[in-house]
Amino acid sequence: MALLQIAEPGESAAPHQRRLAVGIDLGTTNSLVAAVRSGAAAVLPDARGRPLLPSIVRYFADGRVEVGYAAEAKQSEDPKNTIVSAKRYMGRGLKDVTHAENAPYDFLDAPGMLQIRTVAGPKSPVEVSAEILKVLGARAEASLGDKLTGVVITVPAYFDDAQRQATKDAGRLAGLNVLRLLNEPTAAAIAYGLDNGAEGTYAVYDLGGGTFDISILKLSKGVFEVVATSGDAALGGDDFDQRVFCWVVEQAKLAPLNARDMRLLLVKSRQAKEYLTMHGEARITAKLSTGEFVDLDLDSETFCRITHHLVQKTLAPVRKALRDAQLAVEDIKGVVMVGGATRMPQIQHVVGEFFRRDPLNNLDPDKVVALGAAMQADVLAGNKPAGEDWLLLDVIPLSLGIETMGGLAEKIIPRNSTIPVARAQEFTTFKDGQTGMSFHVVQGERELVADCRSLARFELKGIPPMAAGAGRVRVTFQVDADGLLSVSAEERTTNAKASVTVKPSYGLGDTDIERMLRDSFEHAKDDMHARARHEARVDAQRLLEAVRAALEADGALLSAAEREAIERQVAALAAVAASNEHRAIRQASDALNKATEEFAARRMDAGVRRALAGRKIATLEL
Amino acid sequence: MKNHFELFGLTPAFALEAESLERAYREIQSQIHPDRYAQAGDAERRASLQWTTRVNEAYRTLKSPVQRARYLLEMNGVDVQFETNTQMPAEFLMKQLALREALEEAKQPAALERLQAQVRREKALLEKHIARLLDAEKDYAGAAGEARKLMFLDKLDAEIDLAFEGVG
Repeated sequence: MALLQIAEPGESAAPHQRRLAVGIDLGTTNSLVAAVRSGAAAVLPDARGRPLLPSIVRYFADGRVEVGYAAEAKQSEDPKNTIVSAKRYMGRGLKDVTHAENAPYDFLDAPGMLQIRTVAGPKSPVEVSAEILKVLGARAEASLGDKLTGVVITVPAYFDDAQRQATKDAGRLAGLNVLRLLNEPTAAAIAYGLDNGAEGTYAVYDLGGGTFDISILKLSKGVFEVVATSGDAALGGDDFDQRVFCWVVEQAKLAPLNARDMRLLLVKSRQAKEYLTMHGEARITAKLSTGEFVDLDLDSETFCRITHHLVQKTLAPVRKALRDAQLAVEDIKGVVMVGGATRMPQIQHVVGEFFRRDPLNNLDPDKVVALGAAMQADVLAGNKPAGEDWLLLDVIPLSLGIETMGGLAEKIIPRNSTIPVARAQEFTTFKDGQTGMSFHVVQGERELVADCRSLARFELKGIPPMAAGAGRVRVTFQVDADGLLSVSAEERTTNAKASVTVKPSYGLGDTDIERMLRDSFEHAKDDMHARARHEARVDAQRLLEAVRAALEADGALLSAAEREAIERQVAALAAVAASNEHRAIRQASDALNKATEEFAARRMDAGVRRALAGRKIATLEL
Repeated sequence: MKNHFELFGLTPAFALEAESLERAYREIQSQIHPDRYAQAGDAERRASLQWTTRVNEAYRTLKSPVQRARYLLEMNGVDVQFETNTQMPAEFLMKQLALREALEEAKQPAALERLQAQVRREKALLEKHIARLLDAEKDYAGAAGEARKLMFLDKLDAEIDLAFEGVG
């Protein structure tokens, strides 16, 4: 049932056939998938009409996996194998996790990122997230009736490099083509801005299940520009549940709980919190496995008191973002509320008081991020004609730097730099005859390396022996449009150039991904090969389309001989593109990519000139 | 495109219409941004990343008065010596000391706000002066001195921002 098929049966597909791309909000508590259909973004519900997918994954000993409501129903029954809020552990070591003692899991401290022991073996948060993404990808393909070209996955704006890398890895592991990682408040701003034709400076206050973001954006016709962002990557609705949970344990004078009772009371605490949004009082009753009964009344006054510091904790990042943007409260035209936790009346109240205006709640705070991601996916897939699309300018949330003498962090790229961004710094050797130099890449605002997040360590070898201070090593940081960092280093004084590129230590290498993919396909080995073939063909098709469109648009930038050279590679790829030889397809694709390098550079140059020419004409018209 | 100004179709000068710069920046970005090439081949995606990175760097440089002054001076073969030259007129240093003392003593957000407003007024005055020295008088040595003062004030401004976190 292809809803978006334009071509009649038997006819070849139209050249501008819509590409199916969806937006996925991979949330701490719930996840959603949304798509643009007939011009409007909508959340895609499951077969039973439910829009949300609880971000809960249950593992069975036989390798089976249950995701969503089914897993949610069994979370207190099978707490150790039912993983809730995996997002909080993405890209995190065990020592980074707060309240680990209040989570009913057997954590394993694996290098880079913690794992959780289950009956199906140790699982990393990346694998857990991939299970959720797989379900949403399948849901989208079932309801749209075709294969997905790509997805946009949202991440908290305040996620650091390790957490972003982990999210992208989860997407790859789920077999999805991740077009972009998009910041959640930015996604919300897109949905809100387009729906309301908003212009001016807006704040997005996004309190999710486990993360808090504040972003300040300038919205003007066709441009969404993030001016500053701040937040707390470990503060969300979950923490309010924890407060209620601790209050219950204290009031009922309970002894240390087993995993099952802990999960049961956490669920009851969450339900009470949600009930209090509409009512003045909530009753918490539970029968524990010890035979004890819990029966308590929680009124909203008490709830406000025990969570007061959490609400206040969100205001420091808000102030910081405003200062970074060099703006005052009066400059903010509206505050968009995002995330289920913003339903709590005390949050609405405090935000309204701070900004001295009523917060904007006209889009469902649970869905707005997925809707914005769907709109952005539609643009990235190239479904919007020029003029109807928009430009998104986002920033990195935390400064990136390198460790220098004395354990100090030297910032190389400051926070709130517009991405993509690159910056280089030179370091000199400090010993005579020094042939190596080691680097420690960190992220964060604090001066001491120990207070920043360690992203990667690497060593540059093969520096020719020289006097101290004579060896000069240039370290380059490049952050791409996903907000992901790559670092390279190069010795500059001699011809001997050594260079190294590192991936952050929390990111998974290609071999890890391959291993996980192999594991997940153990039951269907042929699938692996089928998938590799499919991917190579899809990529080749996309490349052919892109190059043909580029030749059509800007062929004039090439000489006849240059054009012929590219067309030769186009023909070579076209000849193998439909075959089953995925290696041959990859080779021909690489050759075509190489043949178009100079053409690509000229097109960018032409784009810049076009932009300036357009500007001059516009000025003349005034 | 030889320099940052040319990239945005602007005449090299310290005095700059922020709106023209912003408009040119956005128009260029809408042509070359990676979001426009999400479906393209590796070569184009790489080219888009490199060019957007360069345009962002140029924009950042021209937007910041201190960096713009430094860039213009370097275009004219003058090294501003931000890192090495710490010689300042005694009068300026005295004022700096007084401002820093005021920062240490400010314990209330309102006091910090007053201090920040004062620093920003001084910055605005310096910027006007730099514009005259650079654009009209072509006094590059004089402009370099004023740019170093502006850098001092920028740092102080950033420290005031940090201090807010301590009192807020």
